[in-house]
Amino acid sequence: MTNAGPELNHPIFGRLTLEAIPYHEPILLATFAGTVLGGLAIVAAISRFRLWGPLWRDWVTSIDHKRIGVMYIVLGLVMLLRGFADAIMMRAQQAVAFGDQAGFLPPHHYDQIFTAHGVIMIFFVAMPLVTGFMNYVVPLQIGARDVAFPFLNNFSFWMTTTGAVLVMASLFVGEFARTGWLAYPPLSGIISSPDVGVDYYIWSLQIAGVGTLLSGVNLIATIVKMRAPGMGLMKMPIFTWTSLCTNILIVAAFPVLTAVLALLSLDRYVGTNFFTNDGGGNPMMYVNFIWIWGHPEVYILVLPVFGIFSEVVSTFCGKRLFGYASMVYATVVITLLSYLVWLHHFFTMGSGASVNSFFGITTMIISIPTGAKIFNWLFTMYRGRIRFELPMMWTVAFMITFVIGGMTGVLLAVPPADFVLHNSLFLIAHFHNVIIGGVLFGLLAGITYWFPKAFGYKLDPFWGKCSFWFWVIGFYFAFMPLYVLGLMGVTRRLSHFEDPSLQIWFQLAAFGAVLIALGIASLLIQFFVSFVRRDQLRDLTGDPWGGRTLEWSTSSPPPPYNFAFTPLVHELDAWYDMKKRGHERPVEGFIPIHMPKNTAAGFVLAMISAVMGFALIWHMWIIAGASFALLIVAAIVHTFNYQRDYHIPADEVVRTEAKRTQLLTAGSAGHV
Amino acid sequence: MSPLYTLARLAPLLACTLVLGGCGLVVLGPSGDVAVQQGRLVVQATLLMLLIIVPVIVLTILFAWRYRQSNRSARYEPDWDHSIQLELVIWAAPLLIIIALGALTWISTHTLDPYRALRRVDAQRPVERDTRPLVVQAIALDWKWLFIYPEQGIAVVNELAAPVDRPISFKITSHSVMNSLYVPALAGMIYAMPGMETSLHAVINKAGVYQGFSANYSGAGFSDMHFKFHGLDNAGFDRWVESAKGAGGALNRAAYLELRQPSERDPVRRFKSVAPDLWEAIVNRCVEAGAKCLHQQMADDARRQWIAARPEQAVVAGGGVCTVDDPLGTGLGRALARD
Repeated sequence: MTNAGPELNHPIFGRLTLEAIPYHEPILLATFAGTVLGGLAIVAAISRFRLWGPLWRDWVTSIDHKRIGVMYIVLGLVMLLRGFADAIMMRAQQAVAFGDQAGFLPPHHYDQIFTAHGVIMIFFVAMPLVTGFMNYVVPLQIGARDVAFPFLNNFSFWMTTTGAVLVMASLFVGEFARTGWLAYPPLSGIISSPDVGVDYYIWSLQIAGVGTLLSGVNLIATIVKMRAPGMGLMKMPIFTWTSLCTNILIVAAFPVLTAVLALLSLDRYVGTNFFTNDGGGNPMMYVNFIWIWGHPEVYILVLPVFGIFSEVVSTFCGKRLFGYASMVYATVVITLLSYLVWLHHFFTMGSGASVNSFFGITTMIISIPTGAKIFNWLFTMYRGRIRFELPMMWTVAFMITFVIGGMTGVLLAVPPADFVLHNSLFLIAHFHNVIIGGVLFGLLAGITYWFPKAFGYKLDPFWGKCSFWFWVIGFYFAFMPLYVLGLMGVTRRLSHFEDPSLQIWFQLAAFGAVLIALGIASLLIQFFVSFVRRDQLRDLTGDPWGGRTLEWSTSSPPPPYNFAFTPLVHELDAWYDMKKRGHERPVEGFIPIHMPKNTAAGFVLAMISAVMGFALIWHMWIIAGASFALLIVAAIVHTFNYQRDYHIPADEVVRTEAKRTQLLTAGSAGHV
Repeated sequence: MSPLYTLARLAPLLACTLVLGGCGLVVLGPSGDVAVQQGRLVVQATLLMLLIIVPVIVLTILFAWRYRQSNRSARYEPDWDHSIQLELVIWAAPLLIIIALGALTWISTHTLDPYRALRRVDAQRPVERDTRPLVVQAIALDWKWLFIYPEQGIAVVNELAAPVDRPISFKITSHSVMNSLYVPALAGMIYAMPGMETSLHAVINKAGVYQGFSANYSGAGFSDMHFKFHGLDNAGFDRWVESAKGAGGALNRAAYLELRQPSERDPVRRFKSVAPDLWEAIVNRCVEAGAKCLHQQMADDARRQWIAARPEQAVVAGGGVCTVDDPLGTGLGRALARD
């Protein structure tokens, strides 16, 4: 009864038939048409401007941490559009589906949408954005030339992208999971979900998970081994500290996710009984495992963002960060405690009162270091001289919004209170309050803050401010009504309601979602307008905000080698310290620089993985086996590639640095 | 809908958020004693945390305004980054709040443990010593609720009722996937899981009709997996039981197997009798003829392992189901305990 061993399907196509193409769904058909047209337009533009070569050489095969960081952020932003499209469809459905009105999304479609929304926003928006920042900024902040394992970095990025591609493929070939974003069994088991949806879920996360884990290993090695001379642990910028803790969390937590999904796939593919109802399986074990990964995951997202806020606050208040040491300790304490709280996600599963109290209280204890962080930012503002540029505006909006989300989170940590609020829209409001009000605001602050470093010109402030106000006001409109609905006892993941008195709140929330849509539109317009006006917005100094950390000491965009000479660090806020001591930029004595070489291996391996994932999803056993064999062979072949490094000749360094000297002179002349 | 009309509809709603529970905030203004205490806890915990949240928000706005760049009269100390006293305060203030909240959590989690029999009917009245709670066995099916009343010998689909002020003891399970039994006006939720029996104790203090539903997503028919919960006076409850006894068929194993087929938006259905061992069979996943029950399977496994470890004592192991008193299922344990 529970067994679903490999059935006899088509030898090549497995269970993939024309039926899997959802041509009878008008929404999907329109999306597909739009995607194809957009894709063709991009292909045409790339061909028209002869960009295939540069795209391949400078981006796809690049092992430069800066380019990979930018690609991660682009991936996150593209997937944000998809995740938000899901969000606005849910808001629209819930605003209209009352009484006799069934709304425009039947459960079959609606249930895929909320699952995809969660999966995409966490794994393919928040994670790539966070990883992108860590990739871009960390080596620059510690005065390194690249990450410890540059090829691995490129491979990690393409594996993450492959996961995203598989999720997107589920839109047009087959379907996505209808289980909620954590795919609890038995619902995600083969009996309740016999279709390909859960398999898309499993393989996209497994493949992306390889990328995440390796990028975690890479960044830990980078931070531990490659800091500039003089930069002791307690002289590391806070963003680097939070990145270190985050990557330790990644390396410790993601294998749990990999293992639990592997067990679930064994249940689904070969008929084992780890999480089934019968045969001695225990679905509660899955719920425990997935949250042992899932709770640290929350901190994986928020810790780097705390780092971003710390950098932003200190820069724009023109002041040393208040309580650096306590900030570091708070980060480390959060890292450790994040492993001791997972059970608070399911108090209602029936653990005893003492177990529930234990996990409730450990959860509350996390709010102490988090509270200390908030106070540290607050007292950095105190006696500062605050420039309300966009990143600082995001930070203030974050501080006000996040404490509300933190408060409702601690409330949900009180087990008897959780019994009445669990799985309700109150919970939805809470975690969007911390993920949007915390993680997303921080990422947007980070984009504005580091954009001039990456591209050499600032983002247009007008459209940035439009985006800011639409986002912030939209957030409050979209999620405060959900708190109220939760207190009215309305549960999550419903596609249809009977009680008409709820409708007004859903309409308000939908209005908020429209405002957020305008915020996202403004963000895109901001990128476009800034590109058009890039000459007016140009920054020649490399240090447009009066920065304090080493990334601002080099040019914008930095040269491939980041620093012609490895900086020497004497103090926290190394660049601020160098400026204060009247640092003179070296203009001669350049030597050849040893650099890693681009390779297509990461891209090739990831593409083979994509084929393998797709084949496994559709039970195309022959293709799956062949691509797995090919994957191994390709990896071995790559080990015979001995041309992995080269030297940038000294005269090229001289030319690059001379150009910078020229720009700096032009810049200071322009200011006079 | 015109925006003005929207606004007119909105005004009273905004007003009611101020009068908690006045209009639809059922979590804060419920009708059963357990939910009342849980709702009060929500308010208490929130107020306790506002002690620190409000000052933080006020200070954020205040500092942001006062130390803006254009305000040259504000003090500027670019190198001031440390103060032992202040750091003590910023760690101690949240710590104190959490100590208070932690104590509140420990106590309330134990007093409101859903597995613990009720001690009080409401704030004034304790549960009398010889009160027997009303037992309700709740089974989540795809996608409907089946409630069995063993004492009354009836079962009802998608409708629940209980007499006012009589403690209710729910036993909860599920047939196929995880669900959660939740009647916000009555008490907090507990998961319904296949092959598991969870418990919930509650009491309803006011007569009325309340919403109940599954609060854990369970698939396609989830949105319509709701039911009415009737709080009735004793006579009303007796009449409700009689109506089931008069109306329905018998819920035997065959009828259950048919009932548990997936269906959506099921009307209320009543059964005048229930097979006595049906609940045990559902929890142990052996309703079908010939299926081995989970507890039997576990007992057999345990016995086999025990005998494998101690072959000389094989003779003691009987054919019964193991229990706390009788870990080997000899069938003697309970008899011995009774003596």
